[in-house]
Amino acid sequence: MTTTKRSLTALLAALALSGVVFAQTTLSLWYHGAGNEVERAIIVQIIDDFNAAQDDWRVTLEEFPQLAYNPSVVSAALAGNLPDILDVDGPVMPNWAWANYMQPLSLSDGVLDGFLPSVIGEWQGEVYSVGLWDAAIAIYARRSVLEANDIRIPSLDAPWTFEEFDAILETLDATGEFDYAFDVGMAWTGEWYPYAFSPFLQSFGGDLIDRSTFLTAEGVLNGPEAVAFGNWWQSLFTRGLTPGTSQDDADRETGFLDGRYALQWNGNWAAIPALEAFGDDLLFLPAPDFGHGPKIGGASWQFGVSATTQHPEGANAFIEFALQDEYLAAFSDGIGLVPSTVSAAAMTQNYGEGGPLEVFYELSNQQSLIRPPTPAYVGIALTFEKALADIANGADVQDALDAAVDEIERDIANNDGYGF
Amino acid sequence: MSGRMVGARNERYRVAWRYALLIAVALVFVFPVVFMVVSSLKPDLQLLRDTGSLRAFLPVGDISLDNYVAAFKRAPIGRFVYNSVLVTGLTVMFGLFLNSLAGFAFAKLRWRGRAIVLSVVIATLIVPFETIAVPLLMMVNALPWLGPDGLTFGWLNSYRVQIVPFIADALSIFLFVQFFKDLPDEIIEAARIDGASWWQVYLRVIVPLSGPVFATAAILKFLAMYNMYLWPLMVAQGETYRPVMVGLQYFFQLNVAWGEVMAYLSLITIPVLVFYLLLQRAFIESIAASGVKG
Amino acid sequence: MHRIPVKPVPELVRQAAASGLGPGRRGEEAAGLAMAAPAVILLVAFLITPFALAFVMAFTNQRLVSPNPTAFVGTRNFTQLLTVRPFMMAPLTDPESGATLRDDTGAPVYPVLRDITRRNPDYPQFDGLRELASWQLGERRLYLLASDVVFMRALRNTMLFVLVVAPTQATLALMLALMINQRLRGVNIFRTIYFMPVVISIVVVSLLWRFIYSPGGLLNSMLTGLTFGAFTPVDWLGNPNTALGAIMAMSIWQAVGFHMVIWLSGLQTIPGVLYEAASVEGASALQKFRHVTWPGLRNTAVLILVVITMQAFALFAQIDVMTRGGPRDATQSIVFQAVQRGFERQDIAGGSAISVVLFLLVLSVSLLQRYVTRERAR
Repeated sequence: MTTTKRSLTALLAALALSGVVFAQTTLSLWYHGAGNEVERAIIVQIIDDFNAAQDDWRVTLEEFPQLAYNPSVVSAALAGNLPDILDVDGPVMPNWAWANYMQPLSLSDGVLDGFLPSVIGEWQGEVYSVGLWDAAIAIYARRSVLEANDIRIPSLDAPWTFEEFDAILETLDATGEFDYAFDVGMAWTGEWYPYAFSPFLQSFGGDLIDRSTFLTAEGVLNGPEAVAFGNWWQSLFTRGLTPGTSQDDADRETGFLDGRYALQWNGNWAAIPALEAFGDDLLFLPAPDFGHGPKIGGASWQFGVSATTQHPEGANAFIEFALQDEYLAAFSDGIGLVPSTVSAAAMTQNYGEGGPLEVFYELSNQQSLIRPPTPAYVGIALTFEKALADIANGADVQDALDAAVDEIERDIANNDGYGF
Repeated sequence: MSGRMVGARNERYRVAWRYALLIAVALVFVFPVVFMVVSSLKPDLQLLRDTGSLRAFLPVGDISLDNYVAAFKRAPIGRFVYNSVLVTGLTVMFGLFLNSLAGFAFAKLRWRGRAIVLSVVIATLIVPFETIAVPLLMMVNALPWLGPDGLTFGWLNSYRVQIVPFIADALSIFLFVQFFKDLPDEIIEAARIDGASWWQVYLRVIVPLSGPVFATAAILKFLAMYNMYLWPLMVAQGETYRPVMVGLQYFFQLNVAWGEVMAYLSLITIPVLVFYLLLQRAFIESIAASGVKG
Repeated sequence: MHRIPVKPVPELVRQAAASGLGPGRRGEEAAGLAMAAPAVILLVAFLITPFALAFVMAFTNQRLVSPNPTAFVGTRNFTQLLTVRPFMMAPLTDPESGATLRDDTGAPVYPVLRDITRRNPDYPQFDGLRELASWQLGERRLYLLASDVVFMRALRNTMLFVLVVAPTQATLALMLALMINQRLRGVNIFRTIYFMPVVISIVVVSLLWRFIYSPGGLLNSMLTGLTFGAFTPVDWLGNPNTALGAIMAMSIWQAVGFHMVIWLSGLQTIPGVLYEAASVEGASALQKFRHVTWPGLRNTAVLILVVITMQAFALFAQIDVMTRGGPRDATQSIVFQAVQRGFERQDIAGGSAISVVLFLLVLSVSLLQRYVTRERAR
């Protein structure tokens, strides 16, 4: 009797379980964070919570190492093999949206209210992706060094001006205490160049492309403002203020910490080791104003829905679920990134009121300018990287920028305007 | 008598001089490995600070196995090594067989079209893999396969997609051709007169005489396969089939974990070294057999 | 199917005479085909076919990532790659007097080159071209304009790389192989050590050498130490004059063990009796090398020459990791350009066009090599 009853219960339980399994439709999610345990723990937590919170969908995770992610997605697209949900680096999103890898999101109204503008990925008037965080860049400095040299400590409201900043670099160089006054990180080739350096150009009044048409860069990337930027950029290297393209990763990572570089242009992800080294002496300073307002780059990794998914409603449901403040805060605490909302920032250890990295949230909020939202960006980024490296190595500024403009326009022409 | 002693002393000097030279040259070649292994024992910051001086090659400072522990936590290293060794091992095995067979056919057999086919084969050496990767991806994505699930299409996410396209390669074939050419025709003809089939000639005459070539072809192919990056990246979209070089990228985060990178590299170098040392026997034996002196 | 009997009798006779042993060669034709077939079929399927597809792609506008339909564009990709035109520029003249315009120092004033090459209806042939080189000829200026200046530099650098690296590497590898092929206790250890750089992937080795070559890196601090401070540190990879040389040196060092192993297996096929005979005749070490070793290595030498040349032409990973083609294009290479264009810039057709050019280039070089080695054999 009891045996029968027990086995009946077991049978019912099994049915119920299998019922759940069968009722849930599997959605695949591709994520770029393989190798980062903390990130994995958080994303797995979100997925588990989501799978438990409703009965319709079951998300499964496939992780890729960051450097292998984009080629993997492109290969998968070529093979007709894309997942249901994928994450995408902000500036690359328009390229994938244009190529029909992704479809516009359909989130509930008001979900994105209060999000930093730079974490919302828009292309042709539609939102395709949204980020749980952003990254921000600041000038790393030491209070003691600035005070010893009578240098004003700038604020968000009163950043260093161009002349002021340039004079500061000369002052720091003249002390003879440092190998270099200002490290910008030339060792980090690739996306770092457009991400970290195009805001200088934009603050000078130039840009990577004419954002009114997205068809030409003439006059924007090689006009007088851009040339002024280029000349200053080149002078950083000719005056020996900044380590050049041959800088190695070791110097990039240890130069500021060891006191060989006076100032460093670096992202918020490097903040923790620097705080450990200098504690209260460490300052995160806003970008200088080169004439058109201080600027930093915006947009980091974001979630989107693939164009080929059979279940867009499930994919959207997952993304909406992941946008909760507690997850934004968890990512921020876990990997040090800027949370996408004020309410989430308040929940974090570092970005809340009085937190050591609080300034980064406001940097993102006030200064960040997204890289040009165009499918051409992928090519523009490489062209800009080369132009800046060439100028740093002594190329004629006007020639290098002209060549970059020609290259970008040729690429746009070869692609029939990239949909513009 | 004194002359003989002088000769012996000269001989000793000569040997000492040879060793000095061997060691001097060795120093030039050994340092990346020393750097790699020594660095794998240091914490990141110290590792990076040491790169500018000879300390890079000395296990000094804060030495521990922490990086290894952390590396194993970060990535399924065992899985990657297993995948790579499996894929590489099978490719090398099938490759040695088919390429040496073809090499024999090109070097020692006369058949119509031989010269032109060989020229085409060698010409394929020129084609850098990067240039055919995309068309190849499209092809393998459409290929059929008869497996336990019946007839399926598309080879992505499998071992076979990492093995089958690379079994035949022009370098190996060329290597075998050039070495088989040096084998005297007389031994082949003698075997033929004894009634051996061409297959038996290959198996009983050619293969036993070609230890060093097989060893050379094996190690070169092993290295090429083991270090593959672009192709597995494109075709293995799950962790299940990921090989070691793709696994290396697990360590290149925003803040590169250099110590773990070095630990991982030291670990994944072990299978290659083991394979090379195993093959050394083939070299040693053949040297002993031919009795070559310097 | 076997049609030997149908062959004309004289050819059969000639064949039999050539082999010297007619019956021993029975079934050779079929066996040869059967034995070569598996490997050749695999090569055709997985290498030649995709390359043929890439070849076709080079004449299209195929993109890696794009919603646009693929279309044939003729030779556009090749024109954008290979166009080179000379242009003689005269100084500006006063429209009324016809006299040459001069600036304050009396130097002639020239038009801006970009005004001529950018959508100028008077000079359609120069549209989109850039300066590759220029020379001053009296008051005129001779420009060499190219549609893809970077590719032209990649072409030059790659040729230079091949010319320096191939022979140096082959020679050093042979010297190492000879050293290692001695009968000395413990020689196996050295054989393993010399092979070390090959065992470690080129990507990793390149990362390591970036540290070594850096301005504050090991090479500079060693050279400074050895010269008691007389040596001024050089920015090896940051200086356009030293960057390619630095990469060449590293490349030779890295791959020399690879070719050492091939030479070694060649050395081992030389019968020991030959050396013994030479010793009996009292030959010196040098004579033994010239008359026994070198002739015995002929086939190996051909192999190494071909392989080393092709590997040198494929220069890529070092560039990608160490310099990304810089400083100022001093280390651009053909394959780096092909990969950058095909994958990073998503212009797979343009990348394919580069590989087709590379293929034809290497093919002609190897045909030339063949011609030269054949001459010597006579």
